Amino acid sequence: MTEVPLAYGLILGGILFALGLAGLLMRRNLLFILISIEIMLNGAGVAFVAAGSRWGQPDGQIMFLFILAAAAAEVSVGLALLLRFYRQRHTLDANRANEMRG
Amino acid sequence: MLGLLWLIPAIPFASALALAVLRFPRKVVAWIAVSSIAASSIISLLVTFSFLHAPPAGNAYTEVLWTWMRVGDFRPEIAFYLDPLSLIMVVVVAFVSFLIHLYSTEFMAGDDGYSRFFAYMNLFVASMLTLLLANNLLLLYLGWEGVGLCSYLLIGFWYRDPENGLAGRKAFIVTRVGDTAMLIGLFLLFHDLGTLNIQELMQRAPQHWHLGAGAAVAAGLLLLGGAVGKSAQLPLQTWLPDAMAGPTPVSALIHAATMVTAGVYLIARTHVLYSLAPPAQFAVAVVGAATLLIAGFSALTQWDLKRVLAYSTISQIGYMFLALGVGAWPAAILHFMTHAFFKALLFLAAGVVIQALHEEHNIFRMGGLRKKLPVAFWTFLIAGCSLAGLPLITAGAFSKDWILWGAASAANGSMGFWIVALIGILLTSLYTFRMIFLVFFGEMHSEVTKKPGMAMLIPCIVLAFLSIAGGYVKTPFAHFLETALPWNAAAAGAVHISEIGSETVAGLVFLLGLVLAYVLFLRSRSYAASLTDNAAGAALHRFWFSDWGMDWLYDRLLVRPYAWAARIDKGDLIDGFYSGIAELNVLAWRVLGLTESGRLRWYAAGIAAGSIIYIAVVLFL
Amino acid sequence: MTMFLQSAFYVAAVIAIISTAMAITRTVAVHALLYLVVSLLAIGVVFYAMGAPLLAALEVIIYAGAIVVLFLFVVMMLNLGGEARQSERQWLSGKSWVGPIILSAILLAEVIYLIVRAQPAGGIGAMVGPREVGLALYGPYLIGVELASMLLLGAVVGASHLGRSAPGRTGAGT
Repeated sequence: MTEVPLAYGLILGGILFALGLAGLLMRRNLLFILISIEIMLNGAGVAFVAAGSRWGQPDGQIMFLFILAAAAAEVSVGLALLLRFYRQRHTLDANRANEMRG
Repeated sequence: MLGLLWLIPAIPFASALALAVLRFPRKVVAWIAVSSIAASSIISLLVTFSFLHAPPAGNAYTEVLWTWMRVGDFRPEIAFYLDPLSLIMVVVVAFVSFLIHLYSTEFMAGDDGYSRFFAYMNLFVASMLTLLLANNLLLLYLGWEGVGLCSYLLIGFWYRDPENGLAGRKAFIVTRVGDTAMLIGLFLLFHDLGTLNIQELMQRAPQHWHLGAGAAVAAGLLLLGGAVGKSAQLPLQTWLPDAMAGPTPVSALIHAATMVTAGVYLIARTHVLYSLAPPAQFAVAVVGAATLLIAGFSALTQWDLKRVLAYSTISQIGYMFLALGVGAWPAAILHFMTHAFFKALLFLAAGVVIQALHEEHNIFRMGGLRKKLPVAFWTFLIAGCSLAGLPLITAGAFSKDWILWGAASAANGSMGFWIVALIGILLTSLYTFRMIFLVFFGEMHSEVTKKPGMAMLIPCIVLAFLSIAGGYVKTPFAHFLETALPWNAAAAGAVHISEIGSETVAGLVFLLGLVLAYVLFLRSRSYAASLTDNAAGAALHRFWFSDWGMDWLYDRLLVRPYAWAARIDKGDLIDGFYSGIAELNVLAWRVLGLTESGRLRWYAAGIAAGSIIYIAVVLFL
Repeated sequence: MTMFLQSAFYVAAVIAIISTAMAITRTVAVHALLYLVVSLLAIGVVFYAMGAPLLAALEVIIYAGAIVVLFLFVVMMLNLGGEARQSERQWLSGKSWVGPIILSAILLAEVIYLIVRAQPAGGIGAMVGPREVGLALYGPYLIGVELASMLLLGAVVGASHLGRSAPGRTGAGT
């Protein structure tokens, strides 16, 4: 048995995802929230690639490519929003962005 | 030519639909509305000539358009039945409607709801004609409710004043009481006789029921209930005076000339049933006699011109009911016809006066108008004389004397009814000339601000002519009605008075009323004032003025307990359940609203918690 | 899979987890980004060990390169000083981290339980080179590529619109 079991790859993805989620929920700084989202996307990507690798198929890697595209789009728009928010409020506190409440 | 029958109600209906749905300029609205009714009346005249020239078999003609519905044996048709009775009614209704529509084009000229008004009016005429021509009671009921609806809509026509809306509602609810009775009557008839076709009903009733059978009496009384509601007879007459809130042409058309006589028509149409049920027929006579007296006394005390006329209408329809009740069928129909002419005219002339004085309704603030409004004066005088029964000349005298004679000499007549009818003539004469003297004689109290135009005067003049000439047709009229509605005479020897004698007495009583009115209201007002000066007189005046306390009585007896019960019932278990659901929703809204904090991380935590719960459910359930 | 790659996987995985944990708990943005770069590089190694050399390269170039540099630019533009550090520390202190940790721990436990219960057979490490990926990407996944291009175009338009300083509405511009 010389191979890494699939479960380990998936669990690594799960751990990264959970860490990202913890960061997302913990931080009030919008910048850290965006970083956490990147981490969560990565975690999901690891799981995809591991599963694709298990079957020797390229599909998992292609999913990661799409995740990459989504992450790039998300981070560019997210950072632009962040800059705009900072210019208006002079803070990065996510709790200050609470005007859309019911 | 008789085949055109269906067009008579169809044209006004189509025009009502067009006016309700489409928008036209005012001139076009008036043109469409009046010409549709004109077409209807012309067709009704054509049909009349054709009917007279070549009477159809059995002196009746049925036109079946289609079968309305088919439920087992129950197969009502959309079918029209024309016999002398419905023919006379249709011609009178169509013609009077035409004149009143013509009058309305000018009367309503300044009103915002011009098109709406004529749409309602046309719909009313269509419904009324359907009611008259229906060959089965279900179609008749459709027309019956149709005219009720239009009456409601037109009483509340000026809906911006809540008073008018209330009056409309009152009319609708009170007549509904009667309509419910009538509906139960229809169920009873169908249950026992298996059809609602009027002719079949009238054939089957004598085969099924013996004279005075309980079911026949019950059916008769239930139909009478409907008639009483629609025709504003005792005890459901309270809505009609309030119905005067509507525009004057409406009062003339619906609440004087046509709709309120639908009850008379219903009883005349089903007269075979009433012949089978003497107690029901006696009830008709009693209702009529009581109403004509009560309404007559009330009319004496009113100060609102239109309310005087309203009570007079109630009283005159009481005469018709009396005639129906004693079995003088054709007399009731003749009185319907003459009443339609002179009462419509009274309202139209009153409308001229009211508009000329800038919406003044109080007769005590009128006076001396005979020089200023000569046409209104003369036509009002003619109509008033016809109403009061000026002998030999006016139409009203012919029909009323016929009823008086019938009250004594018809099958169910008696001297008691004759005396009541005679007192009624005195009252009629008294209140009519009180009105005429107060409005047109004496000194002026108000300025005339608006002169009526031709469109308002021509209908008045035509109706004035008819109010005189309408009575001369009495003999051919009776002959024509013979097959549909025979005079039900009493056995010879039971009558204690001759026809001439009865008419002479009636003429003298009319004169007595005229003189009394002259003395009390024109010669010196102080006589009239002295009557109400003492406590008893004032109380009586108040009592009569309030319609014998009927409104007060109903309010205490029915309205308040009902409102009280409704209030009590508001918090019962079922309502509690439904309002509980509403409360629960509000609560859920409050709780869920709290979660809408606007905080990004709170939402993210919500998503995470949701995923956790979802996975847990998938895993462990 | 060689022993070398296998051990590389385990080492890189541990590094990735640790550096990620560090990244999300830093109070200074630049420190966090540095840990993030380490984490991303480690994940790149993981990808390589799992037989995806193309993704390993892309992870380094795009994530560790482009995206993190984007973050760094923003940090530079914001120019957050010691005050920001103070407030970060303040925000992270107290019990504010307990709830998120519990929540993500439960989620992680559930995920691991799911994976373990399913007992996925087989191992990872089969080499899938850039050639196969490219063939699949421009074959059956062509529509996906088109959609991704639309998404990126939208992102470019959105970012350029949002990033433009609206005259008169902003206070302290960059």
